[in-house]
Amino acid sequence: MAPESPDRAHAVAFTLNGEAVRAHVPARMHLGDLLRESFGLTGVHLGCEHGVCGACTILVDGRAVRACLMLGVQADGATVETVEGLTESGRIRDLQDAFHTRNALQCGYCTPGMLVTATELLNDADAATSREEIRAAIAGNYCRCTGYHAIVDAIAATAEARRDGPKNSRREAAE
Amino acid sequence: MSADLSGLTFLDRPNSYIGRSVPRPNARRLLEGRGVYVDDVAVARLGHVAFLRSPHAHARIVALDTADAKAMPGVIAVVTGPELAAVCTPWVGVLGHFKGLRSAPQHALALDRVTWVGEPFCAVVARSRAEAEDALAAIMVEFDPLPAVVDMETALESATPPIHPELGDNLAFERVLDVGDVDAAFRDAAVVVEETFQFGRHTGVCLEPRAILADWAAADGMLTVHHSFQAPHMMQDILCKHLALSEGAVRVICKDVGGSFGIKVHIYPDEMATCALALMLKRPVKFVADRLESFQSDIHARDHRVTARMAFSAEGDILALDMDDLTGIGPYSVYPRTSAVEANQVVNLTGGPYRHQHYRARARVVLQNKAPTCQYRAVGHPIATMVAEGLIDLGAARLGLDPFAVRVRNVIPDDAYPCAGVSGIKLEKLSHQAALAKLRAMMDYDGLREEQALLRQRGIHRGIGLAAFIEITNPSAAFYGVGGARISAQDGCTIRLDPQGGVVAAVSVTEQGQGTEGIIAQIVATATGVPMDQVRVISGDTQTTPYGGGTWASRGAGIGGEAAWQAGKALRGNVLAVAGAILQADPGSLDIRDGAVVDAATGTERMPLSELGRIVYFRPDTLPPGVQPEFVATRHYVPKDYPFAFTNGVQASYVEVDTETGFVRLLKHWCVEDCGTVLNPLLVDEQIRGGIVQGIGGALFEHCLYDAEGQLLNGSMADYLVPMAGEMPDIDVAHVVSATASSEIGAKGAGEAGTAGAPAAVVNAINDALAPLGARVSRQPVTPDVVLEALGLI
Repeated sequence: MAPESPDRAHAVAFTLNGEAVRAHVPARMHLGDLLRESFGLTGVHLGCEHGVCGACTILVDGRAVRACLMLGVQADGATVETVEGLTESGRIRDLQDAFHTRNALQCGYCTPGMLVTATELLNDADAATSREEIRAAIAGNYCRCTGYHAIVDAIAATAEARRDGPKNSRREAAE
Repeated sequence: MSADLSGLTFLDRPNSYIGRSVPRPNARRLLEGRGVYVDDVAVARLGHVAFLRSPHAHARIVALDTADAKAMPGVIAVVTGPELAAVCTPWVGVLGHFKGLRSAPQHALALDRVTWVGEPFCAVVARSRAEAEDALAAIMVEFDPLPAVVDMETALESATPPIHPELGDNLAFERVLDVGDVDAAFRDAAVVVEETFQFGRHTGVCLEPRAILADWAAADGMLTVHHSFQAPHMMQDILCKHLALSEGAVRVICKDVGGSFGIKVHIYPDEMATCALALMLKRPVKFVADRLESFQSDIHARDHRVTARMAFSAEGDILALDMDDLTGIGPYSVYPRTSAVEANQVVNLTGGPYRHQHYRARARVVLQNKAPTCQYRAVGHPIATMVAEGLIDLGAARLGLDPFAVRVRNVIPDDAYPCAGVSGIKLEKLSHQAALAKLRAMMDYDGLREEQALLRQRGIHRGIGLAAFIEITNPSAAFYGVGGARISAQDGCTIRLDPQGGVVAAVSVTEQGQGTEGIIAQIVATATGVPMDQVRVISGDTQTTPYGGGTWASRGAGIGGEAAWQAGKALRGNVLAVAGAILQADPGSLDIRDGAVVDAATGTERMPLSELGRIVYFRPDTLPPGVQPEFVATRHYVPKDYPFAFTNGVQASYVEVDTETGFVRLLKHWCVEDCGTVLNPLLVDEQIRGGIVQGIGGALFEHCLYDAEGQLLNGSMADYLVPMAGEMPDIDVAHVVSATASSEIGAKGAGEAGTAGAPAAVVNAINDALAPLGARVSRQPVTPDVVLEALGLI
C-alpha cells in the first residue's frame, strides 16, 4: 500500500481568539504554520521550529504552548489564543503598556511569545514574582536584543500593579 | 555642539525631546503582533525555495540528477549552480585598502565543488516550502570528498592543500604593525606577562532568521525585494551588478527586521540565488532560512587565537604590547565587506584605552572549510579588549597592584585629547578617567572587594572583573568606500510638512529594533517644532528614502540623526520664511513650537501650522506675491574631520564560581559608556544591556563546534547555547557625555559597547575568583568544562 500523502488534509474545529473556526490541515503541518497560513495570525513568530526559542508561544486551553511543537490536527476541540486575540480582548493592555514604557522590546520578534509567557505567569494568582522568579518563568523565551533586564522590569511592574490595583481601588471605595 | 541661527543649541530648544526617555512610536504595533517581517508579506503566485546544501566540508560534485525532483508534486523548478550562473554573476570579497587580501570567485550556487558544510549548490522552487523540501530529498547527487582544511593552526603549513589552488596557499590576508621600539621596551621591563587567548567561533542567532522575498514583475521591469536586512541601498547596488539590472529596476524594502547584529548586512549565496530565481521564473520567490540551515549558512564570527605579551614598569606603567592574531574565516572572504576586517580591527583596537607607545601586532587571516565568518556585532572589539584587559590583570597580579588602580594609572588622560592611539587611530575626545571614576562609585568597588574577601574565608569564590574599551562608531568612507566598496557612508533625511501640520520624515538609516525611527522622530520633532505624535518616520525602502548606508558600525543616531537635524532645521527655516511673509514679520523673530508659529521672544502663538498648511496647499492664491513655499527639505551628512568617532567605556562583572561543578553564576554587571549626546536614555541603555548579554553569550555559552572533518556538531538551538533570562544578571548602565564636535547633535554610536567589553569583564571576574586556587582560564566560551580543566579536576 502506498504511504499516505503527508499533505492529506484533516478537518479540525476549534476556538481561536474567541471565534469558532474550522480548517483542513495536512497531517504534518504544525500549529504555528496553521495559524499563520490559514488564519493570517502573523503575530505567531517562528524562530526555531524545534521548541527552544519560545517565539511561537501561544495559549492552548489557557496554558502556554509552543505552536511549533503541536500539530495543527491536535488543535481540534481546543481553545487557542494568540497575541492578536489577547490584544483585542484588552486583557494584556497593562502588560503591553509596561513593555512599551520600559522599552522591553527591540526588534519585536520575541515579543508576542514573551507576552504570552508573561500572561500565563501573571494569570497564576499564586505565582511569586520576584525578579529571579520572573527570570525563571521567561527562561524559555529567547531575546537577542534587550538583555532581558527591561522585560523583567515590565513584568514585575505589571505584577505589582495588578496586585496593588484592586486592593487600592477597594480601599478608595471604602474611603 | 554649535548654536543654530536662533541661538539655540540642539539640547535647549523649546519642547526638546532630546535626552528624554520617550517610548518608541513604532513599538506599539510590535507589541500587538502586527509587525510585518518578510515572512509576513503576502503576494500572489509565490514560489518557495529550499536549497540543497553540502553535507561535506570539501568535495567535488561528480554527478547531480534532478529529474526525479522535477517530477515531484508542487515543484515549479529545480535549478543547479551552472544553470543559475547564466543569470547571476560570481563575486570576489576583496577590497583595495586591505593590501594583499585574496579570495576566490564565489557563486550563488556552487558549480562543481562545495567548500563548507551548508554551502548551497542546488535549489528547488515549489508551491510550498514543505513540497520544496520533499523534492530536495529526490535529488540524486554524488560527491567525491576532498581533503578538508579545518584547523586554522595548520592551514598555512606546506603539507596542507590550498582550498583554492589558484591562490597557492590558504593565507587570505596578513597585516603587521610595528610602532616604537617594542624589543627595547620588553628588555627594560620590570615584569612581562604572556598569555594565549582563544576565542570560540560563534554566530548571531537573530531570532528572525534570514529571509528574502524577490518579486520580478517582468511587465514593469521591476524587481521588488522584501529583505530582512540592514543596508537596502547596498543590496540594491549589488543586485544591479550581479543580475545586470539598473538601479531604477530594483527596489529593496526592509520593513520590520527581527534582529540583525551584523548578520544581515552581508551578501549570502542563497539570498542572491532567490533573487536570480525570481528573474528566471518571472514570479515571486521566497526564502526563509530555517534554524538548522541558519547555523550552517549565517556568517560566523570570532574564531581567533591570540598570543600576546605585555611589558610593565615596576610602578605599573604599561610599556609595550606585542601580539600575534590568527583567525580562520572559512573558504571565502565574504562579499562585499570582506572577512579581513575583524583581524584588522583587532590590530587597530588592542590596548586602545592606554598610553603606551610601543606596540607590535601581526594578524593572519586564513582560509578553512568551515562556514564563512564576517562582521558581527562589535567586530574585533571583544577580542582586542580581552587581550589587553586580560594581560593587565596578569600584570597587576604579578606586581601586587590593584587592577583598578593599574587601569586608572595607564589610561590616556581625559585632558590629552585630541590625540592618536598607539595604533595610529585618531581620537577626538574620550573619557576613560571619568568613566572609571563613575564605575568605581556605581559598583562600590571597595565594598565589593571587602565582601569578596569575607566570602573567600567561607569557601565562596567570587570574582570582580574589569574591562575598559574603545569603540568604533560613526564610520566615514574610510571604512569601506576607500577600498572600492559601493557602501554609502553618507546618509540623508527628507522631511515634508503636510496640511494639518504634521511631518513625514524619510531616512536612509534603518531600523532593526534599536530605535532608529524613534530617535529620528525625536530629532525631527525637536528641530521642526512639530509635536512628536505628529511625526511619521519612513525607513528601509530604496524607492522612498534618500540614498544611504543603512545600519552598521553604530551609525544610525550619529550620522542619520545629524541628517535629520539638519533637514529639520532647513524645513523650519522654509516654513518660517512663508509664515513671516504672511504675518508681515521678520522670520528671524519667529519660531515653531508645539505645532504653531510663535514669536520667538515671547512664545505667543501667531498661527498654528494647520492654518499655514491650509493656506499653502489649498489657497496659494492668497499668498503674498513672489512667495513660493517649499515645505519639503532634504539634508545629507557624513563625518568629515575624523574617519571614525571613537567612543569609550568600562564594564565590570561580579561572578561566583562553583569550584565543584565549574558553573559560573553572574551576580551583577555594570557599564559606564560615553556615546556623546544621549538622545534617549531608555533606548541606549537597553541597547547596551542587549550588547552585554550578547557578549556574555560568547564568553560563556556560544560555540560553533566542528569535528576534525569539518562537520558542524551543534547546529540547533537545542545544542548551541544562547543566553536566556534565567542566567543573566541585572545590568546597571550609566553615561559620561563627551559630545563629538563633528556634528551639531554631538551623538556617537553605542551599539558595540556592550559586546565589546562584556567578555573581558566576565572572564577577568572568573579568573579573579579562581586566583586563590591557582587556576586560570583563557579559552572562550568558558564552559564548566573549561573551569574544571583549569582547576585540574578533569
